[in-house]
Amino acid sequence: MSPQELQVQHKREVEKKQETTVPARTFVPSTDIFETETALTIVMEMPGTDKADLDVSIEDGVLSVEGRVNFDKYERLQPVYTEYNIGHYHRSFQLSNKIDQSQISAEIKDGVLTLVLPKAAEAKPRRIAVT
Amino acid sequence: MPRYHPIDALFDLQRALEASLESDWLRSGTAGTGSFPPINVFQQGDTLIAVLEVPGVDKTDLDIQAKDNAIRISGKKAISYPQGVSVHRRERLTGSFDRTLTVPMQIDTDAIKAEYRDGILTLFIPRADSDKPRIIKIN
Repeated sequence: MSPQELQVQHKREVEKKQETTVPARTFVPSTDIFETETALTIVMEMPGTDKADLDVSIEDGVLSVEGRVNFDKYERLQPVYTEYNIGHYHRSFQLSNKIDQSQISAEIKDGVLTLVLPKAAEAKPRRIAVT
Repeated sequence: MPRYHPIDALFDLQRALEASLESDWLRSGTAGTGSFPPINVFQQGDTLIAVLEVPGVDKTDLDIQAKDNAIRISGKKAISYPQGVSVHRRERLTGSFDRTLTVPMQIDTDAIKAEYRDGILTLFIPRADSDKPRIIKIN
């Protein structure tokens, strides 16, 4: 198989229902979601987000992920050439499965957040024996 | 003097991004504008700071080479899915990349520093001493 050349994914801005009070931009992180019998795994790309600047919450069956980017390192830097914009990240998903909220695990590495949401016992598929 | 607020830095970046369509700085200098990874370049005194977004790329999969006034950044981004899963959404891209950044000045290739953190690669590129303007004294 020949190596596939990686293309740039242009950042998509969040379409806001309300205006924010801070004038920073917010982007939609690229996300992979896959499911096994026991858990739902959500992987999000949020370059520049440290684990201290991350908020994950579930409310009324909606998973909400918010990542803030620290702009301090851009202080006093004069941009001379730019190809991408920087901003915070936000994305939310309506969960279709019952999740065991006490067992959720989150890990962020190299700007990629991995959330493992284990399904609640009643939501796991049951095998029904045919007699 | 009022403190320079970080948000102002963002505005500067946004203005620069909008202005970059008219600017020809580096325009012919990067091999493949629009290719991965996207690059922002900043200036701080005599140092250029190139910031690249490479989320999900392992440090060991990044290769940086410098020669004359060109810096080559190559590597690969791999994603492995566990066996037997049903994929609901697949938005992240994988593959290899190879990009060359050519800067319009002589650089000190031995003194280039690279940092990788939170999916962001930062290159500190110092201007070569031979490229700095020389002050000529009048006798």
